[in-house]
Amino acid sequence: MMRGEAVVVDSLCKSYGSVDALTGVTFSAYEGEIFGIIGPDGAGKTTLFRILTTLLVPRSGSATVCGFDTVRDYREIRQRVGYMPGRFSLYQDLTVRENLDFFAKVFNTSVEANRALIEDIYVQIEPFANRRAGALSGGMKQKLALCCALIHRPEVLFLDEPTTGVDPVSRKEFWEMLMRLKREGITILVSTPYMDEASLCDRIAFIKCGRFLSVDSPAAISSLFDGVLLSVRSDSMYRLLLDLRRIPGVRACYAFGDSHHVTVERGAIAPSDLASDLEKVGHSGVAVDRIEPLMEDCFMSLAGGAES
Amino acid sequence: MSDSMRPMAIQAESLTKKFGEFTAVDHISFSVSSGEIFGFLGANGAGKTTAMRILSGLSFPTSGKAIVAGFDVMKDPERIKQNIGYMSQKFALYGDLTVRENIRLYAGIYGVERRLIAQRTDELLSRLGLTGERDTLVASLPLGWKQKLAFSVSVFHEPKIVFLDEPTGGVDPAARRQFWELIYEVADRGITVFVTTHYMDEAEYCDRVSIMVDGRIAALDRPAELRAIYGETTMDGVFCSIARSATRKGD
Repeated sequence: MMRGEAVVVDSLCKSYGSVDALTGVTFSAYEGEIFGIIGPDGAGKTTLFRILTTLLVPRSGSATVCGFDTVRDYREIRQRVGYMPGRFSLYQDLTVRENLDFFAKVFNTSVEANRALIEDIYVQIEPFANRRAGALSGGMKQKLALCCALIHRPEVLFLDEPTTGVDPVSRKEFWEMLMRLKREGITILVSTPYMDEASLCDRIAFIKCGRFLSVDSPAAISSLFDGVLLSVRSDSMYRLLLDLRRIPGVRACYAFGDSHHVTVERGAIAPSDLASDLEKVGHSGVAVDRIEPLMEDCFMSLAGGAES
Repeated sequence: MSDSMRPMAIQAESLTKKFGEFTAVDHISFSVSSGEIFGFLGANGAGKTTAMRILSGLSFPTSGKAIVAGFDVMKDPERIKQNIGYMSQKFALYGDLTVRENIRLYAGIYGVERRLIAQRTDELLSRLGLTGERDTLVASLPLGWKQKLAFSVSVFHEPKIVFLDEPTGGVDPAARRQFWELIYEVADRGITVFVTTHYMDEAEYCDRVSIMVDGRIAALDRPAELRAIYGETTMDGVFCSIARSATRKGD
């Protein structure tokens, strides 16, 4: 079955003076999917969001949202999308309730009319209904911003790094909420620096230097990982990082939680040889295991490694 | 040197901060050794920022005691400020000053000699690969570069302790790792690192971590010990099992 396309982007370019922010981005997001956009800082993610929400005009190329052109039909689009910018941009000196009422009225609706859609998050911020938005903690601000972006029941939701500064428990709650919105049929385009969140998307686009390098499901992107990935531990982790980088055949090495992840060429070094090499330079408690790459490993590989 | 032999960088005893009826920090006690990387974790609103403000001499506790870099937070907050560095995700550098101007401003505030500023600025810029950007406005740098620069500026005066409040918030995975290598370097030089983060892989890079829930320290240990105690394979699992017990909802 052909699914409808909620967002269609064709050869989109944007520059600021002499700086090229987007250099020919093409993709489509299907109706009802969670489409993740990941990439290094400064890759052009926010510029893309701002064009799709009709806040910026591209230099060339075109984009449609819900079938409407982002330049010509911006009024139609603004009725149909919700946008949560990366920087908290609600009114800090209005209360939680006043912010919600304000955004509802701007869209000619009311909080009550759409309460069902935001119920799950709204009950969490309701105890602070009379608190000024500026005085909320990070997690609460994000929940309020999501409520405000949803208050007119948009067809497409644009979320620019919505969970930055949000603790792990609140992040999980936030994503449970996104899954419910998806079941409601809302299309979600979301950027995130958290690769565990990227893995939850239906498809991911990896953007670098203003271009999309690959668009695919998380599983398909993981399967493209080039090389053999090893998890390496010893009793002296910082020295281990420096020593590993000096070993011939090690293509990339970076810290990864309680171990280091090391990429080697296929067939270049056997795990047991790597372990004995490390013991020779004085490491104790060495453990080397072959592992499958996670989305974060794919990011490191696509981004050009920690040295780039 | 064994842990008990090392001088303490931070000692907090029953530290408490109340705002009216609300107890933001509720009798927390812990100590941090010199040269340690100490992860200070907790949910949004658990009281981390309040505690950090007291430890950096910006706010007085309602009761309890804390010695930071050898000085009492009640009696000598100004001496504490001279001996620490501080950086946060939200505010660290002036966007409308250039890279070099920011370094000169902060180094000057901390009383670094002019001759040393010039020399160390060149070293620092070449180490960060920012030599070509010395006259660039900080606002136009990518976030990852900005944060690395902000961190380097916060330790420019070689403080005894550096406080980092969510330094890598919103930073991409590659840049986060470069950032943590800078942390390792300064800890290697003996600077104590006190850091908050919401990235649980970063919690693993700390020597010890504490997890705050509702103003109290609910757990404090090495990451490996915490994983063993809570029967979890990751720090994310540990954090979630502890933080889900919170009654305070985000504020």
